[in-house]
Amino acid sequence: MDNNMDNNSNNIIVLMVCPVSNYLEQEIEKSFKVFKLWHFEDKEQFINTHKDSIQAVVGSAAAGADAELIESLPKLEIVATCSVGLDKIDLARCKEKGIRVANTPDVLTDDVADLAIGLILAVLRRICESDRYVRSGEWKKGEFKMTTKFTGKSVGILGMGRIGTVIAKRAEAFDCIIGYNSRTEKPNLNYKYYPNLIDLASNCQILVVACSLTEETQHIVNRQVINALGPKGVLINIGRGLLVDEHELVSALLQGRLGGAGLDVFEHEPDVPEELIGLENVVLLPHVASATVETRKAMADLVVGNLQAHFGKKPLLTPVV
Amino acid sequence: MEACHGHGKEKESQDLPRVLLFKPPPDFHLFGDECFSSNKFKFLKAWESPLPLDQFLKTHAQSVEAILSSGGAPVTAETLRLMPAVRLVMTTSAGLNHIDIAECRRRGITVANTGNVFSEDVADLAVGLLIDLLRNISASDRFVKQWLRPRQAAEGDCYSLGIGSKLGGKRVGIVGLGSIGSLVAKRLDAFGCSISYNSRTKKPSVSYPFYSNVCELAANCDILIICCGLTAETHHMINKQVLSALGKEGVVINIGRGPIIDEQELVRCLVQGEIKGAGLDVFENEPDVPKELLALDNVVLSPHCAIFTWETFKDRQKLVVENLEAFFSNKPLLTKIVDND
Repeated sequence: MDNNMDNNSNNIIVLMVCPVSNYLEQEIEKSFKVFKLWHFEDKEQFINTHKDSIQAVVGSAAAGADAELIESLPKLEIVATCSVGLDKIDLARCKEKGIRVANTPDVLTDDVADLAIGLILAVLRRICESDRYVRSGEWKKGEFKMTTKFTGKSVGILGMGRIGTVIAKRAEAFDCIIGYNSRTEKPNLNYKYYPNLIDLASNCQILVVACSLTEETQHIVNRQVINALGPKGVLINIGRGLLVDEHELVSALLQGRLGGAGLDVFEHEPDVPEELIGLENVVLLPHVASATVETRKAMADLVVGNLQAHFGKKPLLTPVV
Repeated sequence: MEACHGHGKEKESQDLPRVLLFKPPPDFHLFGDECFSSNKFKFLKAWESPLPLDQFLKTHAQSVEAILSSGGAPVTAETLRLMPAVRLVMTTSAGLNHIDIAECRRRGITVANTGNVFSEDVADLAVGLLIDLLRNISASDRFVKQWLRPRQAAEGDCYSLGIGSKLGGKRVGIVGLGSIGSLVAKRLDAFGCSISYNSRTKKPSVSYPFYSNVCELAANCDILIICCGLTAETHHMINKQVLSALGKEGVVINIGRGPIIDEQELVRCLVQGEIKGAGLDVFENEPDVPKELLALDNVVLSPHCAIFTWETFKDRQKLVVENLEAFFSNKPLLTKIVDND
C-alpha cells in the first residue's frame, strides 16, 4: 500500500454509504477514519452532525452519492465507487462542484463476461434445473428433458464497451455469430452493427445486456425489444436492473413470449419479482458478476488506491470525473 | 399391418434392405417414428415382436446386414452369432463400450459411431459446469429462488453464500485431448485459462504442454477436466493419488464416464475438503448419485445429459441416415469405427 501521504491522513474522514466487503473496510481503515452509514439508525442526524468533516464517500453498485447527499456534504472532495457502474452517482453535480469521481473498471471485466456466458449456458442447457433434478431424486424416475445447443447460436450484445467486447470474444470461441447495438458503431470490429435495438433483438437468439445505465438507457429493453427477441429468445442481464422493463419481462416470460432469461441484476435489489421464482427457464443470481475473491480484492484495492492518490495529491488511478 | 398402397409400393418396400433395431430410439418418442426414415432402407423392429430376442433373430434376421444400436442397446457376441449376414453395426453413440468390438473385428463387421456430432454440446456443458462451479451459479439460483427468500444485504460481505473464484488465469488440465477435449481447450483458452493435457499419445500439432502421466497433470493444474473415453486403462484412473495431486484448491469436471473416477474416493475428498469442488455429468451407478454429494454446495450435478439438445439429436439423425444410406450404396461411411484400444 502507498504510504506517501500526509501525516494527518488518518484524520481524513471517509463515509461508506453501504457495506461492500470486510476487506475493503479494513483497508480503508488503515489509512482513513471511516464512518459506516448503515450503522446509524438516524442517518439524517448523523449527516447533520458530521457533514463538515466528511471528505470522501465510498459506495458500490448498491448505493452511491445522489444530489441530496452531495449537497449535504460541503467538504466532499471525492466519490469512489466499488463498481464500474456510475448510475448511483450524480455525475453532473459532482462535475459542477469539482468533486472527483473514481470507479473500478477493467479489473472486473473478465468476471462479468464469464458470468454472462455462464448464465447463457445455465439457461440454454438448463444446468441449474438439471442440478435440482438430480438432487431431488427425479433422475431415478426418468431422463432429464432436451435442452438447447449454445455453439453456433446468434448472440446480440447491447453495449459494446469493455465488458461487451470481452463477452463477444468468449462467445466467438463457441462459434457464435455476434451482432451488437451501441450508441455508435465501433471501428475495426468484425461484428454486425445494428443501429436499432429491435432489429438486433429480431436477429439474435440470445441478447446480452451489457451497457451502462443512464437516463437515456432506462428501460431500453422494453416490450418491443422483448417481443422481437421472441419465444425462442433468451435475455441475459449483467448490466443494471433498470435497463430492462422488469414488469414487461415478467409478463413476457409468464406468457411464453420470451423463451428464457438469466438475470444477475434487478430493478429493486435485493427484491426479485415473485413470479420469476417458480420459473425453470429463468436463472436468478444475487448481483454477483464481480464476486470472486480475486476481483473483489482488486476492486477494493482500486478504491483505496484512488482515495490515497487523491489525498496524496496524485493523479487518480481510474478517474471518471 | 400397413394399409395397402398397391402392389408396386409394397414390392419396393419388400426389396429394401433392413436395419435391425433392438428397441425404439429415444428419438422416436421426441421426434416421431420417421426421424430415421429413408427410402433406401427400412427398419426391422425387434421390440414389436412377442418373441424373445434370440428367437426373433433366428426367425427374422438371418439376412439382415446392418444393426442400428441406439440408447446403448448392447451388441453382444451372442447376438452377432445369431446374425450371419451382418456387415455393419451402427451406434447412435460416440462410445463403443456396449458393442463387442473384438467379435466385430473377428467377423470383419464394420462398426460406425456418430463421430463428433456431439462434441460441441459436450464441450459446452463442460464449460457450463465449470463456470457454474466456480461462480456458484446453481447454488445462487437455489438461494434466490427455491429454498431461501432473498434477504437484505448483511453487514460486511454483500453476499455470504460463498464468494466465487475467478476463471481467468487458472490452469486447466484436460484428460483426453480428442474431439471433445480440443473443443473444451478452444473455449477455455478464450477465457484466459492456460491449457495443458494428458492423452494416450502426445499430439504433435498441438502447442499445449503435454503430461505423459495424469498425476503430473493434476499436480500442475487447478482444474481437471475429464474428456476421455472409458477403457480398461482409464477405469478409476482418477484415483486417490491423482485427487491428492490436484489438491485442496483443485476442482474436477467429468463429462466422460463415471467409472473413470474412483467415485468413493472423490466423495471422500469433497466431503473432507481435500479438493475444492466438482462438476459431474456422469456417475458410476447412474441414476444413483452418492447421497453425500446431494448435500454439497460445492458440486454441480447433471443427469448425464451432455448430448441431449434438440439440435444435436437432429444432426445425429441426419448422420445416421446418411451412414446407413452410404452403406447400402457401397459408398464410404461418413463416420467409421473409432478403435477401442
